[in-house]
Amino acid sequence: MRDAPMTTYAPTLAKSLSTGRGVRLRKAKSGLAAVLVTGSFAVALVPLVWLLWTVISKGLHAVTRDGWFTASQRNKTYTDPGGGALHAIIGTAEQVALCSAISVPIALLVAIYLVEYGRGALARVTTFMVDILTGIPSIVAALFIYAVFIGTLGQSKAGWLVSLALVLLMIPVIVRTAEEMLRLVPNELREASYALGVPKWRTVLRVVLPTALAGIVTGVILGIARVAGETAPLLVLGTYTPNRNSDLFHGPQGTLPSFINDQTVNASSHGTYQLGADGKPHLVHNFAVDRLWGAALTLIVIVMLLNLIGRLVGRFQKISD
Amino acid sequence: MPLRHRQPEADPPPVEQPSLETSIADSGPKDPAAEMIGSAEPLAIGVMEPAAADTADSAVPLAGAGRIRLGDRIFRALTAGSGAFVVALIVLVAIFLITRAAPVVGQDKASFLFSRGFEVSVAPLRFGVADLLWVTAISSLIALALAVPVAIGIALFITQYAPASLRRPTAYVIDLLAAVPSIVYGIWGIYVLAPRLEVVQRALYHLGWIPLFKDKGVATGSIFDAGVVLAVMILPIITAIAREVFERTPRGHVEAAWALGATRWEMIRMAVLPYGRSGVVSGAMLGLGRALGETIAVMLILSKPSNTAPFSFSIFDGGQTFASLIGLNMQEANGKTETGAYIAAGLVLFVLTFVVNAAARAVVARHREYA
Repeated sequence: MRDAPMTTYAPTLAKSLSTGRGVRLRKAKSGLAAVLVTGSFAVALVPLVWLLWTVISKGLHAVTRDGWFTASQRNKTYTDPGGGALHAIIGTAEQVALCSAISVPIALLVAIYLVEYGRGALARVTTFMVDILTGIPSIVAALFIYAVFIGTLGQSKAGWLVSLALVLLMIPVIVRTAEEMLRLVPNELREASYALGVPKWRTVLRVVLPTALAGIVTGVILGIARVAGETAPLLVLGTYTPNRNSDLFHGPQGTLPSFINDQTVNASSHGTYQLGADGKPHLVHNFAVDRLWGAALTLIVIVMLLNLIGRLVGRFQKISD
Repeated sequence: MPLRHRQPEADPPPVEQPSLETSIADSGPKDPAAEMIGSAEPLAIGVMEPAAADTADSAVPLAGAGRIRLGDRIFRALTAGSGAFVVALIVLVAIFLITRAAPVVGQDKASFLFSRGFEVSVAPLRFGVADLLWVTAISSLIALALAVPVAIGIALFITQYAPASLRRPTAYVIDLLAAVPSIVYGIWGIYVLAPRLEVVQRALYHLGWIPLFKDKGVATGSIFDAGVVLAVMILPIITAIAREVFERTPRGHVEAAWALGATRWEMIRMAVLPYGRSGVVSGAMLGLGRALGETIAVMLILSKPSNTAPFSFSIFDGGQTFASLIGLNMQEANGKTETGAYIAAGLVLFVLTFVVNAAARAVVARHREYA
């Protein structure tokens, strides 16, 4: 069936080969295609470079100022300079840490199940559901946690609920990578271990997992990078505060994405007039804009660094395909 | 396969093999594993199905064997349980969304699927999702229309045109697009990109006799702006899948095309594209799934029309998608009715993405059978 296009195309090609004009036309077509294909890569570079440049050029100012990494936004309005992103960094770090602590063991067990045991209906359904989980919109994951914990169990909004929603998004990323890596572990290693009388579960934990460790770590880091920038669950399950709150379980908690989102409220105004010491109104710079891009730069650097580290760790993989 | 039989053909690593041999020899007849190998049975310990393991258990009653099997049984149950947990998770998502949404949709004074307007706080309550459905679909389709050709181009560039040393870095650069958090796409889209896209929008107003391009007075924050940003966001997803299938084009097809004297483009059209078609389709559908559910970027970009604004087909109008409506209003939503209405909208989105993703996977699965 796959051969059909070839057999139908070949006679036309043979005919056009015989005439000189046809050859020139075909070469011109091929050249045009090469230009378009190369051009499409250039087209993709435009938004990437443009976006990175925007974030760096607009955000560097705020990030390099004193206190960005040591202060919160407590009592700062968009007319006040200063303040930092510490409250947001703490919130993001804690929520992602809790999410990882829940996701990593579950995801690894699922991957082990699919590779080492997975035959039959449950394995097929699990593979399918992991695929579906990969495609689940983050807002739907958030609504699910809302329906269960706030709607049914009567909890109030807090950071840990955001973490739970992120678990749904993180599990499939880790399962996919870990599954791929576990499959690369040569069967000879397992057989050698069984031959020594080592039970299967110890073989998996002591032989298979260590062999695939680097690849699994890559998966975990990529999973963290995936959820660190998620905003939708924060809208549904979290509340933002400019104050420092390191308690995941009580009260509102700021994170980097919700910090950015909060600053967008004032960022569109071009500044505001305030009475100065001379009794005349002065245009005050809108500091929300600086903070907006500063927070975006901080977030993008964290996520891209995680991505880079994840890929570098992957290079230390003992096995490869 | 018994390890001993393999030894003569494949030169094993000198360090590992002797130790294996001695340990088998040492444990001798005491060890059930060694016994099985000695009798040239297929190496089935632990690889066999649970039922088979149980019979073996009773057939070879050995001290300590029960304890080992117990560990295996626990471990197996643990991993299988995790698999079942993931399955249960999806089922629970559906159940909880439905139980929260169903009573509220019942209170709806208008047709849920086919009416417009989403009014959750002032009576009469109306939860028509027709508008949301339209904006969600059209913004995602704009994204697809823009992203798919470019993604095919990039995938071809990486697999067929770029020199081998450039392939990995090129692919990595495209993957970086996927690493950018969606909220950053959102603020870049509304503050930086949308003002520049106004020129394009104004140019397309000349085609205003087509309802799709009608001027609605929305300079920035139109569905079109959102579609362009979504296109950038789904580009790496489609590219990754297209690249993967193009790479797997059978060598024979490619060489046959060259042998016929095909130019590079003809080779691509004869061998690479027909082979990769289903991959591109499934990649596009995965991208579509992502675009349908994108929340924060779309929410920041789209301008919100008033509730009474008449419906328009124009892509230069503002609007709301399922996800942006929920993201925007769920924060302040109170009470069962209000939250239930948004959860109902979320349920429609869930079903939509579920269908699209399942279809995409089905296409991939069918492709694998042929490959």
